[in-house]
Formats: sequence, structure tokens, C-alpha cells
Amino acid sequence: MSGTITKVSGPLVVAEGLADANVSDVVRVGSQRLIGEILNMTGDSASIQVYEETSGLGPGAAVETTGMPMSVELGPGMLDNIYDGIQRPLPEMRALSGDCITRGTDVPALNREKKWDFVPVAKPGDRVIAGDVLGTVQETSAILHKIMVPPGISGEVVSVESGEHVVTDVIAVVKDAKGVEHRLQMLQRWPVRIARPYTKKYVPSRPMNSGQRIIDTLFPIAKGGTAAVPGPFGSGKTVVQHQLAKWSDVDIVIYIGCGERGNEMTDVLMEFPELKDPRNGEPLMKRTVLIANTSDMPVAAREASIYTGITIAEYFRDMGYDVAVLADSTSRWAEALREMSGRLEEMPGEEGYPAYLASRLSQFYERAGCVECLGSDDRQGSVTAIGAVSPPGGDISEPVSQATMRIVKVFWALDSSLAYARHFPAINWLTSYSLYVDTLRPWYTEQFGEAYMSNREKAMHILQEESELQEIVHLVGQDALSPADRLTMETAKMIREDFLQQNAFVDEDAYSSYAKQFRLLGLALHYDELCREALSKGADMEALFTISAREKIGRAKMADAGTFAADYDAIDALMKKEVEQIAAGGEDA
Amino acid sequence: MIKEYKTIREIASPLMVVENVEGVTYDELGEIELPNGELRRCKVLEVEGDKAVVQLFESAQGINLAQSKVRFLGHPQQLAVSEDMLGRVFNGMGAPIDGGPDILADAHMDINGLPMNPAARAYPAEFIQTGVSTIDGLNTLVRGQKLPIFSGSGLPHAALAAQIARQARVLGDNETFAVVFAAIGITFEESEYFIEDFRRTGAIDRTVVFSNLANDPAVERIATPRVALTAAEYLAFEKDMQVLVILTDITNYAEALREVSAAKKEVPGRRGYPGYLYTDLATLYERAGRRQGKKGSITMIPILTMPEDDKTHPIPDLTGYITEGQIILSRDLHRKGIVPPVDVLPSLSRLKDKGIGEGKTREDHSGTMNQLFAAYSRGKDAKELMTILGEAALSEDDKLFAKFSDEFERRYVSQGNNTNRSIEETLDIGWELLSILPRRELKRIKPEFIEKYLPEKQ
Repeated sequence: MSGTITKVSGPLVVAEGLADANVSDVVRVGSQRLIGEILNMTGDSASIQVYEETSGLGPGAAVETTGMPMSVELGPGMLDNIYDGIQRPLPEMRALSGDCITRGTDVPALNREKKWDFVPVAKPGDRVIAGDVLGTVQETSAILHKIMVPPGISGEVVSVESGEHVVTDVIAVVKDAKGVEHRLQMLQRWPVRIARPYTKKYVPSRPMNSGQRIIDTLFPIAKGGTAAVPGPFGSGKTVVQHQLAKWSDVDIVIYIGCGERGNEMTDVLMEFPELKDPRNGEPLMKRTVLIANTSDMPVAAREASIYTGITIAEYFRDMGYDVAVLADSTSRWAEALREMSGRLEEMPGEEGYPAYLASRLSQFYERAGCVECLGSDDRQGSVTAIGAVSPPGGDISEPVSQATMRIVKVFWALDSSLAYARHFPAINWLTSYSLYVDTLRPWYTEQFGEAYMSNREKAMHILQEESELQEIVHLVGQDALSPADRLTMETAKMIREDFLQQNAFVDEDAYSSYAKQFRLLGLALHYDELCREALSKGADMEALFTISAREKIGRAKMADAGTFAADYDAIDALMKKEVEQIAAGGEDA
Repeated sequence: MIKEYKTIREIASPLMVVENVEGVTYDELGEIELPNGELRRCKVLEVEGDKAVVQLFESAQGINLAQSKVRFLGHPQQLAVSEDMLGRVFNGMGAPIDGGPDILADAHMDINGLPMNPAARAYPAEFIQTGVSTIDGLNTLVRGQKLPIFSGSGLPHAALAAQIARQARVLGDNETFAVVFAAIGITFEESEYFIEDFRRTGAIDRTVVFSNLANDPAVERIATPRVALTAAEYLAFEKDMQVLVILTDITNYAEALREVSAAKKEVPGRRGYPGYLYTDLATLYERAGRRQGKKGSITMIPILTMPEDDKTHPIPDLTGYITEGQIILSRDLHRKGIVPPVDVLPSLSRLKDKGIGEGKTREDHSGTMNQLFAAYSRGKDAKELMTILGEAALSEDDKLFAKFSDEFERRYVSQGNNTNRSIEETLDIGWELLSILPRRELKRIKPEFIEKYLPEKQ
């Protein structure tokens, strides 16, 4: 089925003679066979968004439909790889066409020559339903890839082929109730704009450990939850995303670089193979899939990259894994949507964005969640979606931020004034929120006792009080404050500087376990408690603020992950001794 | 066989509609021949059936609908490149204007370039010593980075950019370098300031100048940075040179883009700039970088003037989202007589962490950098408080921080445009300043470095 181009305007191409094509079909455009997707149909003419640069294309050139919607290939070989927005492997494209991305390059997403050792789980004669595991492949040293019966197929296993196979080999034959034999490969295809099915969805109840103190302790996110990281440029969005990609205790990380800097993707590519997962010692890259559609790559493919990423995430979720999808940045995705909408001459909504912006965004975030997967073994998996938002001028009253805030449950608001003071991560503790605090409370209590959450509340309270006191100080100076209020300010400063600040570039500090976080915050709060008591006995305030244990608490976050508990005990004892001495002096006087 | 059309139907500068065309493709370059034989350039923005919408690169003045002829050349705009470009001056479209001969082309390259494969990039990590403390010490520039200067009207950004171009070098390295300078809609005087500076230091022989001045056609400005970057890519990746690209002024470029967008009747985004401004700017900035297996690099310093000194204006805002940091100049510091008036706190180099530390600069660099930032920020807060409540309202510590911030501006930031400081000098000045503060406040530096580097208090 082929048509001819009548109009070319940037990435939008209009072609006629495509009456038989379907909306959302992938088409091949022109002699270079550029990849495109049909957006609209009018009579026999179709509006096509082309995922590659259209320079050199003109009326008269042929357009051919593949009859298939935009799909991704799913199977072994995705991990430890880097793809562009429409799942073309970038290293192989480089081998084929050099350092720059040329057009019309046609590379399959999964390597067709690489052999994988397929270990069957199912036996001939087994009854299987969609989602059942047929066998496994050790894809990387960190991840066991489960080959599942694709959705929509069930029946009796006729044969399974163990041993070395390429992804397109038939590894099992399943005969369904009608007697049709399905010859199954390791490779599956799935249309990116449709969510993969599952049996049942749950309310998330386990936290995702990120090793970031402000996140884990103050604004936790659940596995299967959604979060947004908005912030002006230079406030550290990307560093937060990278930290989450590095240290989150999930099985698989899908990192989508959507319209962002090329060097950031290179950074991930170079750094992740070197970094070790703190849980199993494997290189982080072995659990990571990168999708890179940098800002200079074609804008239409940027629109697709988000869907490509979440579809791959759902596939791993279906194996029963916990997956995190990090999208940096959803604002660039929305801009791509706006650009295509403008070229289609649609009626613009707010700030030129199409009216369907909010519904598209919620469709994306709603694909996250905690589910019971298809298949008869009741395994559970989750997809956690975390999107960076880049509001123009840092002003979150704009449509993308607002539409995102209506959907997500966790909001880590980055603040440029914190970034200027080099307080990183620059997550503002007053404007951020997490709606998972209550659902996760039982988990925290079970693991660490009531104190974890009550410490959190104390800390939040002190920080809140500080911001109020700050206003008074700005009006009349800090001498006007009572000693108790001065202490609140001091403790808040300790919480901010010694607990919340975390340096992503120092090995000792980049990752904090729950236990370390709990103890570190405990030190600051214990200081507050001791001093408050001492003050009530008339102790000298300035002396309390300058005890030598303070400096030790300031450096406590650098304590070794293995031996921190003993160090903290020592600091705690020293602090107690010093405060008691001062308090005793106060009583004497 | 190239066809000639005499079917111009409509001209609304900078757009023109040509009818009855055949075989014309998107983004193709065209030539308009005026009745008097003059040639002008244009490119195709949209083709629909037999109608082509083209954008003129020069003024529409004198084009006659009946007698002007249009030819489409069958390829996008290209630049003839060769090593002989060094030391030459070209106009904004890449034609020589220094009276010298045409360039004998080694190759013809599409000025739009191609997106670099992220898997082919090499991460920028080589420290460039610019000799400017606020950059080397706090916002370190590395080879292959794009670090813009955000300035305002009347601020001395040209002096800073020229100082960087003059002093920048990679420690212990003697590779060939080149400067590509693109003047985008700036005045003759400003352009001459740069060229004179290159001439004075002898850098002119290794410089390629592309000059679109304020009185040259505005639409030509859309091509100027692309032409310059094409030359830079050739020198860096074909000829293994370390290229520093200075683009000034991006604000003029964005305005030209807005002009064309408005003529095309596109739905405007913020402040009338087209919705694709981000993508468009990215196709310029992302051409900076290094590639694996190639010796050369492109380091880019775009300069832009923020309208009303407003950092949230779309041009600086979108630039900041693409580039790897920014150096911001401050009008307050400029008024105080601080040269260069770099506003340290909001300035940033995203790639600094990979370019500093032991073996690159010095082991204490990272810690002192963070400490200086934090201390200066606290000192400025203290000074603010002091103006409201008087000095008596400050605690003893805050008084020290206030003193620190004054000294910091006077000694660290204000070094003048002719001082070339080595990185060691920069770091040592930092330590001298930190010695003003109580030692227990130096929490961001490892204790062993404090022992080793902190000078004794007098």
C-alpha cells in the first residue's frame, strides 16, 4: 500500500493515496525510507509525523505503510544498551553510519545474531496461560530475563527448545483451544501507545529506597508510585534523576533522556558501567536501559521516546520485577507535542500546548503502578515513574507543571535559591510533599519502630518553625528571639546542613542506608532535646551552640557505611557529656 | 538540469511564494536572480503540491514579481571548508569579505550538520585554565563544554569573552587551537573589539571570523551560527584542532527567528518566540563537544544579553536548559567597579566535577569550591540583614561572614581583565579568604586538606 507526498513542512508530511492505511500506522517515507507515523486521516490523505529530519523531501515522493502501529521489540538484549526514541540501538547505528546520526538507518532493536542460552521452565504437555514463564535467559550478570507467553495466547505446550538461540528462533510451540499452533520466539512486539495488560492493580505499600536522605526520610516514594521533579535550570534536576537511577533499590532502571543534553547521556554511559550496585555488587549498567533522544535529535522521535521507555518498563514489570522509569524531561516531551500540534494547525490551548496535554500526561503516569502480573504464579511487579519538569523561568504555574501536579503523588520541588547556596539536593522542604507518607507508615514502623516516622514529624515541625522565625529575624534581628527559639533555629540549621545536604559526588555521602539516615537525624534531634533541657536549667546558650560535638555531627554524614553506628554512639556520648557540663555550670551560676 | 521559475506569486519579506514548481524539496537552497543580474539566496520552508514557501536570507527590496527568476539548487545550504579559512573574514553566509580569494574547498558541508550520536560522544573532562578565578576556581570550564555568558546591555561581556579566548589553555598540552568567532547582529565596534584583540595577541592567524553586523540582513543571522559551527566541526573533527567558538549575540539570533516565525504566521509561544525555540537553539548548542577517537574538540561560549537583565526571559531560560551551566554578569558588581563582574552564586558549570581534583587541578579544589560558595552565600545574607538592622544585630560569626563576602568580591572576583591567574594562585587566594572564617565552619572541606592548606591566622 503506497501513496505520494503532497506537502512537507518540517517533520509533518501530508500524503495522499493512503485510504487503506490505519491511524497510528508506521510508514516509510521517501526514497530514504524515513520512519513516520500516521497522526490523522482525511479522505485518502494522511498527516504523518516523521521521526527523522525531512530535509530533501518533496511532493511526489512515495510513502509506504507497514500496516503496523508504532511498536517496540521486547526480548533479551535490551539491558546494558542505549536506544534512540524509536528504539534504534545507538552503538550499532554508530558502527553503521559514523559519529553522527544519518537518516534512514534501519537497525533492528534486538541483535539478531547474538545467541542466548535459553533454559526452559515449561515442559511439553504443560497448560500455560498468557504471562506464564516458558523459560529463562541470563541476560546480564544481574538480571534473569524471563521469556513469557505473550498476552492473548494460552494453551498446551507442544515443544520447547533449550540451548543457544537467537531471539527470532522458535523456542516453544503452544497449541491453543482451537488447535492453532503458536510458534513463539524470545522476541515479542508490543505497540508503544497501549499499556501492557496485567491481572490486578494494587495500592503501593513498599517504599523505594533511594539512599537520598531528604527523599527517603522526608518525602518518600512508594514502589509503583509517581513523582515529579520540577525546577529551573541549574537546580540539579538531572543530578537528582541520576542519583535515583544509581541507588534506587529496584531491579531495573529505564532512563529516558528526552530532549536533554547529549553529554548527560554520555555521562551515564561512561559512569554506570563503573558503578556497583550497593545490593549485589554488579555494575549498575547491567540493570539499566537508556533511551536517548537528545535535544538536537528529531523532535517527533522525542514524543515517542517516553512511550518506548514505559513499554519496556512494563515488559520487565510483567516478569515480576520492580522497575523505575526516569524521564528527563517531560517538559521537552510536551514541547514536542506542541510543535506537532502547531504544524497540524490544531486549536491551541494554554500557552500554545494542545488541549489534550493533560490527558496524555495522565495516560503516561497512569501506566505506573504496583500490579499482579499475568500468568498463573501470582507474581507481582511494579513500575515507578519519576518525571523531571523544566518549567520556563522556574515558574510552576505553567501548563506542564500544573497538569503534572494534578496526577503525581510525590512532588520534589527544586529551588534555585538553595542551589545558589550550594545546598544540594536543592529540594525545598517547605513546598515539596509526598502523599505516600501515610500508606508507607506501617512499613517504616515495622522496620524501625515508631521513632522513624515521629522523628520525621519532629524534623518537619522544626523546619516549619524555622521559616516562621526567619521572618521575625529579618524584621527585628535574632537578639529578639527567646533562647528556645534560638535553639530551634540552630537545630533547623543542623537538620538542613548536616542531614538534608547530601553530596552526590562524594562516595561516602552519595548513598545513605535507612539505618544511617535514622541515626543521623536522631543525632540532631537528640542535640535539640538535650539543649532544650539544659536551657531550661539556665545553661549558657552560646556555649551550647559551640560545643565540639557540633563539628563532629557536621562531618557525621561522611562516616563509613559499615561502621557509622559506633561513630555515632561516640558523638552522642560526647554531646551528652558536653551539654551536661555546660548545664552544670549554668546551675552553679 | 536546474530549472528557472518566473512564477513568484507573493513576497512578504522575509517570505516568498513560488508557484508551478516541480521537484522542489524541503530545506532546499534557492537563488533569486534580479532583473539587474544580482543574486540573492533563499531556502524552502514548506512545499505543498506545486507551491513552495521560501525564506529569503537577504532583503526583499528590488525583487520584481514578473521579472525575477528563481532557481532551486537541489541541496541544502552548504559551506565550502578548508584549512585556509583560518585568518580570514567571511560574511554571515560564509562568503569572504576581506578582499581575499575564494576558499578552495576541501569539502562542502551542509550547514545544518547532523545530530551527534550520544554513543559516539566523549565526555568532556579536560580542565581548561582560563586564568579567571571565578571560572577556574568556581565554575570550571572543560574542553568540549558549552558555557554561555549571560550578560545585559552595557555590561562588559566582550572583555570577559576576549580574556577567555586570549588566556585559555589546557595544562601541559601543546595541541593546535583555533578560534571561530561569529558576530551575530552586533555592532561594528563590538565586532572590531574582538578582532583587534585577536590581532594584538597574534591569535588572528588561527581565527575564522563570520560577521553579520547589526546593519546586515536580520534573516541572514539564522544561517550565521550554523555556518560558523560547520567551520568549527571541520577544524575540530577533520583537522584535529581544539576549537573555541564564540557566538555573540544569541539574543539577536532568537529575534531573527521570531521575525521569520511571525511572517509564517505560526502560533507564538512565550513572548512571541516560536514554540520550537528550544529545539532550534539545541541544534546549535549541541554541536559543541568531543567525539570518541577524535583528537579535536569544540568548546563553545555563546554570549547573550538578557532583556531587562531578566534570567527568566525565554532566551536565557531556554539556553540555560541546554547549555552546561552559565556565567552570569551582574550589574551591581559592575557598578561597584568589580572586573569582571561575575555573579558567582547563580553562575554554574555543570561539568566542573569531572574536570577538577587530583591529577587535574588540585586535590582540595572540590571542597574549597563548595565552601567558598556556601560562605559567600551566607555572607551575602548577613550583609542584607546588616543593611536592615545594622551591624549590631549580627552574631559574631555572621560579622565574619560579611567581612568574608566583601573580601571575596574584592580579591577573588575582581582581578581585572589583564591578570592571568594560574589555578594554584586561584586556589591559594581561596584559602587565604577562608582563613577569615572560624575553622569549625569549614565543614565542606576534608580535615586533612584544612591541615595542609589553611594558612595560619595573623
